[in-house]
Amino acid sequence: MLRLEKRPQPSRAWTFATPLLAVALTMVFGGILFAALGKNPIGVIRTIFLDPLFSEFSWFYRPQLLIKGAPLVLIAIGLSFGFRAGIWNIGAEGQYIVGAICGAAAGLALYPAETRLIFPLMVLAGALGGWAWAMIPGVLRVKFGTNEILVSLMLVYVAEQLLASMALGLLRNPDGLGFPGSRNLAQWSSSANNELIAGSGMHWGVVAAFIAVIFAYVALSRHIFGFQVKLSGQSPRAATFAGINPGRLILICMGLSGALAGLAGLFEVTGPSGQISIDFNVGYGFTAIIVAFLGRLHPIGILLAGGLMALTYIGGEIAQSNLGLPAAAIQMLQGMLLFFLLAVDVLTNYRIRIGQGAAA
Amino acid sequence: MDLSAINPVLLLASLMVAATPILLAAIGELVVERAGVLNLGVEGMMITGAVCGFVVAVNTGSPWLGFLGAAIGGALLSVLFGVLTQYLLSNQVATGLALTLFGLGVSSLIGQGYIGIKGPEFPDWHIPLLGDIPIIGPIVFQHDPMVYVGLLICLGVWAFLKYSRLGLVLRAVGENHDAAHALGYKVIRIRMAAIMFGGACAGLGGAYLSLVRVPQWTEGMTAGAGWIALAIVVFASWRPGRLLLGAYLFGGVTVLQLNLQAAGLAIPVEYLSMSPYLATIVVLVIMSAGRAPGSLGRIFHASR
Repeated sequence: MLRLEKRPQPSRAWTFATPLLAVALTMVFGGILFAALGKNPIGVIRTIFLDPLFSEFSWFYRPQLLIKGAPLVLIAIGLSFGFRAGIWNIGAEGQYIVGAICGAAAGLALYPAETRLIFPLMVLAGALGGWAWAMIPGVLRVKFGTNEILVSLMLVYVAEQLLASMALGLLRNPDGLGFPGSRNLAQWSSSANNELIAGSGMHWGVVAAFIAVIFAYVALSRHIFGFQVKLSGQSPRAATFAGINPGRLILICMGLSGALAGLAGLFEVTGPSGQISIDFNVGYGFTAIIVAFLGRLHPIGILLAGGLMALTYIGGEIAQSNLGLPAAAIQMLQGMLLFFLLAVDVLTNYRIRIGQGAAA
Repeated sequence: MDLSAINPVLLLASLMVAATPILLAAIGELVVERAGVLNLGVEGMMITGAVCGFVVAVNTGSPWLGFLGAAIGGALLSVLFGVLTQYLLSNQVATGLALTLFGLGVSSLIGQGYIGIKGPEFPDWHIPLLGDIPIIGPIVFQHDPMVYVGLLICLGVWAFLKYSRLGLVLRAVGENHDAAHALGYKVIRIRMAAIMFGGACAGLGGAYLSLVRVPQWTEGMTAGAGWIALAIVVFASWRPGRLLLGAYLFGGVTVLQLNLQAAGLAIPVEYLSMSPYLATIVVLVIMSAGRAPGSLGRIFHASR
């Protein structure tokens, strides 16, 4: 009989090995899924995980890796602080949308002025928008003890309706012949978030993502804030004895993740997406949750996980157009990855013993 | 705007229909949470139930078989959650989220060929005598059978938790799993059963959307209903009677905003569509005084 025995300390080796094991298991079971859909499993897996990097068109796909990975990493870094402390902000998608709306509105209010000062202003407005949207569940949690998971999630649906209203109403392009969607922000030189080095995919959002990773790393390993976050997650009671104010920590973690999600939204809407439209958001806020866990809530891990997730997005698109793989199959593959990760995580904290063992 | 276009009898009658999917999903989750497990995957199980129910109903022509298929589909997905959280001791919040993300993917994969198809008819059930009572008849006694199935499940859960021995054991497991284990109750087995019941109920709720309420299959059609069901469990302070009240309150808001949209109120459609979600938040703020089951969301590992 198999039996689990708790390790005195989480195994370091398994901490690094479990994400790789989860990816391997996902490839195997994903292959079975693709075979069931009537595709050649090895071909599909190769298309998703290798073609974006090494095929003859990889010059086109490699920059995409940065473009798709940056918002994921930026959001996931913000979420990781809260998740470590046991504060569950699930509504990053809403904060992403509201950040984009606020940033775009701040810029469009000054249209058609031509100055590079407008872009920093928009960045600030985007971060503030996301921060404010995340403060709603944060403040409600602190003041009324409301469940932040449910409130932040409800606000995603509210934000989606707000986005529809903005794209069709207030922010609609007056010269757009009545089509929904705002002016194109990527084509207005004051607001454009262009590639910094042509053909590299490197835009300001990518820079922000790298800066966020570095700051998160320093904060977690060298700063008192990182210690407070880790302690609150591991032992909330010990944290209060250590003089940590739980309410303040909730507000900081929620605000931080909201602001970063808002930034990601702003960089997306001024660059790759280009305009506020009804469906410019593609679920980065939810995928970032997978990225945060896959990266073990560690900044460097999140950076790698963000790259891997971006790879599945790009590879998924290639597999869609070349092999006729349904889009939903990729979404399922991403969900499967999170499942396997959670499943094999048991090896980090527990030892598997065979037989009854001595009763202690 | 023409408020006289809103017929109060029809409004109250459609309230029961609008509340049913959430009632079904919420009553299942209530049992799960009373057993001490927090399953945030309701949305994923609902949408899987919606697509399974629709596919089965279209292929067999029988909505009843569709509902059965939906319950099985939802329960199967919940087994995945159960194995991960109960046997592999994973974090319940993260696993529930994964279940939702996975369920959304699975459902759109299964439902690919079924977009735009019309499902089989599921006729209303005109209860003889009771249905003929003026005003009350059309409001309460002229709905499709699933409305009453939902009410029966709710009543059954109430009686089960309050009066049966097994219900008492289930509550004990939820309040303090270590004590229940020490008394010799099979904590994991009871929780697995509760989780599967929750999955089946969520599946029924989803199928009610795709077979009765809409009735069609579209991707992401549950649109947060599963999350609202979770909120209603909190609102109800984990009590079946108040759960019914919460579901009907929510159904009322949904129906009212749809009617106001149709009546052409001066508020834009998008803002009216926000109202159910905003109402849920308001309700959560007002009603966060209830006490959750003691072991809710905690991992159980029998150390010997």
